[in-house]
Amino acid sequence: MDVFLQLTVSGLSTGMVYALAAAGFVVIYKASDVINFTQGDLLLLGTYLIFFAVSQTGLPWSLGVLVTVLLAVAVALAIERLVLRPLIGEPIISMIMVTIGLSSVLRGLVNAIWGPAPRAFESFLPSGDIVIGPAVLSTGRLLSIPIALAVLAALALFFRHTRDGIAMRAIADDQQAALSMGISISRVFGVAWALAAASAAIGGIMLGNIVGVSPNVASIGLRVFPVVILGGLDSIRGAVIGGAIIGLLEVYTGGYVGHGLSLVVPYVVLILVLMVRPYGLFGKEIIERV
Amino acid sequence: MDPLLKLNNIEVLYDDVILVLRGLSLEVGNGRIAALLGSNGAGKTTTLKAISGLLHVEDGEVTDGTIVFDGEEIQGVDAHRIVEKGIFQVLEGRRVFEHLTVRENLAAGAYTRRDRRGTDADLEKVFHYFPALAERRRQTAGHLSGGEQQMLALGRALMASPRMMLLDEPSLGLAPILVESIFEIIQRINRDEGTTILLVEQNARLALSVADFGYVMEGGRVVMEGTADELRTNEDVKEFYLGLGDAGRRSYRDVKHYRRRKRWLS
Repeated sequence: MDVFLQLTVSGLSTGMVYALAAAGFVVIYKASDVINFTQGDLLLLGTYLIFFAVSQTGLPWSLGVLVTVLLAVAVALAIERLVLRPLIGEPIISMIMVTIGLSSVLRGLVNAIWGPAPRAFESFLPSGDIVIGPAVLSTGRLLSIPIALAVLAALALFFRHTRDGIAMRAIADDQQAALSMGISISRVFGVAWALAAASAAIGGIMLGNIVGVSPNVASIGLRVFPVVILGGLDSIRGAVIGGAIIGLLEVYTGGYVGHGLSLVVPYVVLILVLMVRPYGLFGKEIIERV
Repeated sequence: MDPLLKLNNIEVLYDDVILVLRGLSLEVGNGRIAALLGSNGAGKTTTLKAISGLLHVEDGEVTDGTIVFDGEEIQGVDAHRIVEKGIFQVLEGRRVFEHLTVRENLAAGAYTRRDRRGTDADLEKVFHYFPALAERRRQTAGHLSGGEQQMLALGRALMASPRMMLLDEPSLGLAPILVESIFEIIQRINRDEGTTILLVEQNARLALSVADFGYVMEGGRVVMEGTADELRTNEDVKEFYLGLGDAGRRSYRDVKHYRRRKRWLS
């Protein structure tokens, strides 16, 4: 039972990191139909940026988080403005291919700046353990769950109540009608990339704290795909629940079956979902857009 | 006084090859309602999209001529800038955001506005014009009836508080009694808000009953224009658009006669 509880907390905490990265992915997909392959690399970027801000520059962690998020947003806005905006109106597939290329560029850039070796990073989430009955749970991991949920809730509120949030949903619903309201597509795409980068950066910061700073984070970023396929490409709620399910599945198979299998499980889920329910748990069935 | 909107000899090309408008000119006086009539494919919707800037996304382009709004040339300007300048197009077929609530649809209409107080007041105004929407403000727009969706489409336009509305077939697919009330409200908007209106309608009789001035389009240009009264009593318009020929319904053979006359017109 104690093992189960520990696995659950650990699975949920990584699951929430997945959810943060996946939510960013969903935001971009909703606004522009672009499948953003750089989402995992934005996560990696977040991890190294917090290392840069806190360990290398010596900023207090609160300021470091702010700087990390702002820098990540700046990078995403640059990508959107310089690379993707000129492609608006081109077939979606060209934009998607471009994000695949950008993914390598980002990863290479991180590697060039910080090197391939793992870096020492002192976690600023409170260390120590919380003991519940027989189980010993890491405080840092436990804490990252409400933090992630708060960020995701903020994202959901943004969509529901702000001018840009409503504009994004309007574009997802009917692009031409949205244009006729005076909604600026390029502005909305910019906001989408900024949000995606911000939530990925927060995910990256949490990863740096719970698993450390190393290029391996990029492979964690790849889990975004099973998560969004399971949750549905266009659903924030799907990102949260998909993230939790994939995170839990991983640690349970890792804990009860074997480490090797836990690496494969997310992708087995991905294939199964594509066969049975290609629009995911909460995705809109794609019948419109003829 | 200069007209609020003036199209001078505009030419619209789709995909760089298909000429849809060939030298179209028309004007709409400030505070007036002008009707744009014509059969399917005459270029009415294209004309509206040329004005509102929505052509770009469809690979269409104004290749010649000028569109002047309030003394300023606006051809080729981005759609969102044109909404900011005060022209709002209500697209054919209602096009409400189906997954958004009524309230959110109206908020989307006010997207270009920054004055919170003004938009709040306009929201009340929309609910005053369309009490049915007030009752359903929290409902998802996709679940509204056709008439309510058309009201919502007009409500969205009101939320932008535009100087000019371009209405594309507001009667499309609505029951006659609803059409009547929609047109009544269009007239009220024009009268009470002072909004200038360019109205595209298949239903010529209806359009001429509310318009001050009308244009008849065919093959991408204006072939006839006049005050609503002139057009209503014009024999050709009566015959081809109002279905009121002197001799009643003509036989199919007489279509030849129709073609001959049309050539003469253009």
